[in-house]
Amino acid sequence: MEYYLIVSAIMFFAGIYGFFTRRNTLAILISIELILNATDINFAVFNRFLFPGGLEGYFFSLFSIAISAAETAIAIAIMINIYRNIRSIQVGKLNELKW
Amino acid sequence: MEITLETVVFYFLAAFITVFSILTVTTSRMVRSATYLLFTLFGTAGIYFLLGYTFLGSVQIMVYAGGIVVLYVFSILLTSGEGDRTEKLKRSKFLAGLGTTAAGAVIVLFVTLKHKFMATTDVAPLEIDIKTIGHAMLSGDKYGYLLPFEAVSILLLACIVGGLLIARKR
Repeated sequence: MEYYLIVSAIMFFAGIYGFFTRRNTLAILISIELILNATDINFAVFNRFLFPGGLEGYFFSLFSIAISAAETAIAIAIMINIYRNIRSIQVGKLNELKW
Repeated sequence: MEITLETVVFYFLAAFITVFSILTVTTSRMVRSATYLLFTLFGTAGIYFLLGYTFLGSVQIMVYAGGIVVLYVFSILLTSGEGDRTEKLKRSKFLAGLGTTAAGAVIVLFVTLKHKFMATTDVAPLEIDIKTIGHAMLSGDKYGYLLPFEAVSILLLACIVGGLLIARKR
């Protein structure tokens, strides 16, 4: 069972590395998707190996997939709006509040 | 440890996911990053199928691989297009990011592997049939998930309305 956790930890930290070092905001959002996916794997593995009779981890993963889909849609809508206003989505350019 | 088909499939999926998730965050071209994310999500769905959770794997493929990645590809092509490559990172920032990530990974892996999990002896992948899932999701008693189900539907409605309002043409 620990091997599954190693895989999800690698994916989690790949997502964190991408979150820290990427300049494009859409790449940062993709790294957030990796992080959320890694935690979903963790929940499913814990449910399968530690509590095979219950369904709590399973439903947590299911709802987490739904919620991350909704959050991705909103984040991309915001990014498209930002692009319309300042023609760039590099994080270095996002340094002014609305004037 | 005996070499069963399950072990072989697991090692293949583990290598697949590791390689593609690292490639997702280190490539400089955005459309390639979205494609590697798609492969990573297929690998994750494969792990769900390996654990015996076929409904969860199907939902993962439909929602994540079929919806979210398409959304990302559209938004990448709308905003920066293919001509924009991310510029090279400064050496100090690259080392700081890599060092932090590596330290965190070592700590988390150490704590996880030291802990003695009381895992069940490897049973065959028991498939949870859809009738059980349906009854659990829509029942209102103690272990039912009716309230989160309705709350997620309200959340999705709020996201649809919010997304339309944010991204409409002025």
